[in-house]
Amino acid sequence: MTSKDTPVLAVRELQISFSMYRKGLRKESLRVIRSLSLDVRKGEIVAVVGSSGAGKSLLAHAVLGILPSNAVTEGEILYKGETLTPALQRKYRGTEIALIPQSVDYLDPLMRVGKQAACAGGGPEAQRAARAAFARYGLEPRVERLFPFQLSGGMARRVLIVTAVVARPALIIADEPTPGLGAEAATETLRHFRQLADGGAAVLLITHDIDLALHVADRIAVFYAGTTAEIAPAEDFKRGRDALRHPYSKAFLDALPQNAFKPIAGAQPYAGRPPQACLFADRCPERTNACAGAVAMRALRGGEVRCIHAT
Amino acid sequence: MHTARPKYIASIAGRMLLLLFLVSILSFTLIVKAPIDPLLSYVGAESTLSEEAKAEIARHWGLDAPLPARYATWVKNLLHGDLGMSVTYKRPVRSVIGERFSYSVVLMLLAWVFSGLLGYAAGIFAGFRRGGLADRGIKLFCLVLQSAPTFWLGLLILSFFSVKLGLFPFGMAVPAGKLVSEITLGDRIHHLILPLFTLTIVSIGKITLFTRQKLIEIMNSDYILFARARGESDRQLVFRHILRNTALPAVTLQFSSFSELFGGMALAETVFSYPGVGTATTAAALNGDAPLLLGIALISALFVFSGNLIANILYGVVDPRLREGGDYV
Repeated sequence: MTSKDTPVLAVRELQISFSMYRKGLRKESLRVIRSLSLDVRKGEIVAVVGSSGAGKSLLAHAVLGILPSNAVTEGEILYKGETLTPALQRKYRGTEIALIPQSVDYLDPLMRVGKQAACAGGGPEAQRAARAAFARYGLEPRVERLFPFQLSGGMARRVLIVTAVVARPALIIADEPTPGLGAEAATETLRHFRQLADGGAAVLLITHDIDLALHVADRIAVFYAGTTAEIAPAEDFKRGRDALRHPYSKAFLDALPQNAFKPIAGAQPYAGRPPQACLFADRCPERTNACAGAVAMRALRGGEVRCIHAT
Repeated sequence: MHTARPKYIASIAGRMLLLLFLVSILSFTLIVKAPIDPLLSYVGAESTLSEEAKAEIARHWGLDAPLPARYATWVKNLLHGDLGMSVTYKRPVRSVIGERFSYSVVLMLLAWVFSGLLGYAAGIFAGFRRGGLADRGIKLFCLVLQSAPTFWLGLLILSFFSVKLGLFPFGMAVPAGKLVSEITLGDRIHHLILPLFTLTIVSIGKITLFTRQKLIEIMNSDYILFARARGESDRQLVFRHILRNTALPAVTLQFSSFSELFGGMALAETVFSYPGVGTATTAAALNGDAPLLLGIALISALFVFSGNLIANILYGVVDPRLREGGDYV
C-alpha cells in the first residue's frame, strides 16, 4: 500500500489535551494542540516554526508515543500510510522513527555515549553500526568512550545526530536542534539534516528560528496556538510577506531582525481557550465578524492556510 | 587526578586528625566541667577512705592540675595506646571498647546492609507505582517509622515478638546461665534478630523515601524521555539508566547516615540490653566513668568520619563526572 506518493509522516487533525487537577479536585482537560495537519515526504525537510508554547515539541512526542500518561490524543498519525498505534510506535521508535533532541542533557550522564548510541538493537551488530555512524560524522573512536559531560559543543551536536541515525531511520524528528548555537554551528547542524534528507530520509525540523529553517527546509509549517496557521514552500517565505497567505506568517516575517523588526501586538491565546474560531483574530489587522465562525485549513496557491480572508 | 592523589590523602588525614583533636578537647572539657568526680566514682559514695588518702589519690592521678595539663597527660597516654581504666568495668578502656565494639559492629553493619538493600528495593518499587496503593502504603510506613522514637519502637517490638509471642529472647547477646563454651552461633543469631530488626526498621525510612523521590525525578528527566524515543524497552530503561542513576546517590546517602545509625544503635541496644557500645555508653554516663566516655566519644567520631569518607571516595570512584572530571577534552 506504500506508493511513491504516500507521505512518510502524515498528521491529520491531531489534537492533544492534558487532563489535570485544578483548584482542588476539579478535573479539567487542557487542549494544547488542536487540529494540526501536516505531511512530510521522503527526501523532504518540513520545518515547523512557531513561538514558545505553541505545542511544537508535543507534536514530536505524539509521533513517537512518548507523551506523558495524562495526555489524550485525537486525530490520526500515519507512518507510510499506516496508522501509528502505540504498539507500532514502540516497534518503530529508534529504528524507523528517530528523535534528535535539543541538547546533551538528553543523554544519560552516567553512561558512555558510544553505548547510548548503540542502544537501538543492543548487540554487537548495533555496536558496529554505532561505530560506523561515529566515523561518518567525523568522530574518533575515542569519543565513544566519553561521558556526555566530556563532549565539546561541536561533538555533542554530532553525537546527538549519531544517536538518531545509527539505525538509518526513514523519519527523523529534530526538536529545536539549534538552540543557542552560533550561526556557523547552526548552519553546520542544518547541513547535516539536508544530507539526511538528500539521503532519502524524511525530516521534521521543529524550531522557533524561522531564519535557519528557511535555509534548509523545503516546506515550512507556521504554528500558532496549537494549530497550523499556514503551510507553504520555503520559497514563499524567501520572496517576502506578500507571497505568504496567513496574517500571522506575515507578521512573523515582519518581526525578524533583518526585516522590519516589528513586533506584533498582543499575546498568543492561552492553551485552555476553546474557540473553533480563528485563534489569531484578536491580533489580526484583517479581522471581520466572519472570523468568529469555524475556520478550516484550505489549499491556496500551492500551500495551505487556515484563514478565510487569505488570497 | 592521579597527581593529586597523595595530596588528597594528606588532606583527608589532616582533617581526620583535626576532627579527633577537636572532639577530644570538647569532650574532655565537658567531662571535666561536668559534676562528675572521678575519684568519687572510683572509690564509691560510701567509702571509708580518709580525706588525706583521697587527696593523695587525687594528687597521684593529677586531678589537682589545671585543665590543659590534665588534657596533655591524657593525650600523652592516649598516644601510647592507654585510654585509662574503666571505672564501671574495672578493666582498661581499650579492652572494654574492643569487646563491645565487636558486638555493635555486627549489629550495625547487618542493619546497615539490610536497611540499605530493603530500603532501596522498596523505594524503587514505590517509585514505579507512584500514586498506587503500594506506594501510598510504603510512604505511610516510612513516615511513621521516621517519626517514631527508636526506643519506643524497640519496646513495641520487644513486647510483641518476645513477650507476647515468645519467639525471641528479650535481651542480652547470649543465653543467660549457659557456659561460654556451650554458646553456639545459633544462640548468638537468635539474640541478634530483634535488635537487628529494630535498627533495620528505624534506618529504612530515609533511604526508601529518598530512592523513591530520586526515581520519580529520573523518570521525568529528559534523558529517560530520549532513551524511550530511541526505542528502549521499560526493562532496558531500568537496567541501563534507572538503577545506576538511583543507586549512586542511595549508596552515598547510606554511607553518610553512619551517625544516625550509631545513635539508633545506642537506643536499640539499651532496650534489648545488648552488650555493645550503646549500653556501655549508658552505663559509663550513669556511673560517671570519665575515661570510658572519652574513649567512646573518640571511637564514634572516628566511625562517623570513616562513613563520610567512604561516601566521598565512593562517589569519586563510581561517578564518572568526578572520576574523569579532570580529563576534559
